[in-house]
Amino acid sequence: MSLLDKLDAVAAARKALLPEGLEVFGTPIEEVYSATEARIGDRRILFLGTNNYLGLTFAPECLRAAHEAIDREGTGTTGSRMANGSYSGHRALEREFAEFYHCQSGIVFTTGYQANLAMISGLAGAGDVVLIDGDSHASVYDGCRLSGAEIIRFRHNDVSDMEKRLKRLGERSKSTLIIAEGIYSMLGDQAPLAEIVRVKNAYNSVLLLDEAHSLGVLGKTGQGLAEETGLTDGVDFITGTFSKSLGSIGGYCVSNHPQLDQLRYISRPYIFTASPSPATIASTRAALKLLRDGTELRRQLWQNSRQLYARLDGLGYRLGPQPGPVIANILDNPQQALMLWKGLLDHGIYVNLILPPAAPEGKALVRCSVSAAHTTEQMDHVGNVFAELRKSIFQ
Amino acid sequence: MSTDYNNILSRLCFHLKQLSSPDVVILPETDLINELAIDSVKLLSLVMEIEDEFDISVPLNVLADVQTVHELANLIYQIKSQNK
Repeated sequence: MSLLDKLDAVAAARKALLPEGLEVFGTPIEEVYSATEARIGDRRILFLGTNNYLGLTFAPECLRAAHEAIDREGTGTTGSRMANGSYSGHRALEREFAEFYHCQSGIVFTTGYQANLAMISGLAGAGDVVLIDGDSHASVYDGCRLSGAEIIRFRHNDVSDMEKRLKRLGERSKSTLIIAEGIYSMLGDQAPLAEIVRVKNAYNSVLLLDEAHSLGVLGKTGQGLAEETGLTDGVDFITGTFSKSLGSIGGYCVSNHPQLDQLRYISRPYIFTASPSPATIASTRAALKLLRDGTELRRQLWQNSRQLYARLDGLGYRLGPQPGPVIANILDNPQQALMLWKGLLDHGIYVNLILPPAAPEGKALVRCSVSAAHTTEQMDHVGNVFAELRKSIFQ
Repeated sequence: MSTDYNNILSRLCFHLKQLSSPDVVILPETDLINELAIDSVKLLSLVMEIEDEFDISVPLNVLADVQTVHELANLIYQIKSQNK
């Protein structure tokens, strides 16, 4: 099969799965009105799939900081961190992340995806092992491939399965990087961190925790699962993203290991890309302050999340195992998921549709992402629409 | 190939049979993707079952080179031999 024939096969598979004329993926958003509302076509819709957990994308402090940075430093750095792209803002944000986590040092990356690519490929290499959860994000899988290390998976959130694999490695467990996530993006469940840290210590391995979906969501100051469980010292490297609770784009890593800074010289996804724009850095710095002081935002986020999770659970939808801002409705087949997704959109509610092979275990997901900026009335409305669709689609 | 390999092949065919339609004949040269329609998700689930059964870990890196039933059986045989 030629290179282009392969793409034709992909197109044919997608056409077979999706109805003609329905833009399920990459749905065009014409106008954005607020953190929770926008226009698709001629319809005003409620965002329920944006990962804007704290609703900070229109926070006046962030907007002002971004405007000022553009006026002061221009639209872009046009260079990598290794060359001309390390402005005072980039270095300040790295210090602020390190202080936020009470860690020795921090590094900022251009995207969250690149943060994982850079850290995993910088830490592990040929001859090493990366031991990853089966439900890991694509950035983890891709970082592992880039590293050249041996990639071994364990069953999702199953620490005994993880330990079994460490045991098989023998002495090689000492050169093993274990990777887990604070909140998993597909089902919204949390890693059993206490058990993971215990096993990691027993086998002298290294642990990287991706707090992409848990930053701003868990912990007293919003650091994530490590803070929530009091285990920050047990985690070797924490990565995360700016593109969820911080409302911009970028990534970070913090650590107490002094070797972290050496990754600036060996990690290709850090070196060979342009650094984040001044506006991005400025709005992220402002958002990080709001996140740290965002106790009320977290309370509202969790109230909304629990409200919607309980309502959908009560309606009989099959959900991820625990409440949280990522609420995954698990459907048996893509057709059901597509009907539910389309039904929600027809009622002015935009959620994410996840089809095989992206969904775990061959299932299909309709994934809601709740925000602190949603109102109780909006959550009620969403629950009512799900109730109506339950009757029309599934009964 | 030794009896170990034949045993592995036999157990692998047993697992593959659970994932395939009943009328499919599974031979060593059978193509996992094109003939058995084992997609990446099914393959990873199958590998975890096999790992448990043979008490081995199969790195994802080497799975990309596997196309046929024989190649998968041979990979398991090699990993098991290294662990002895």
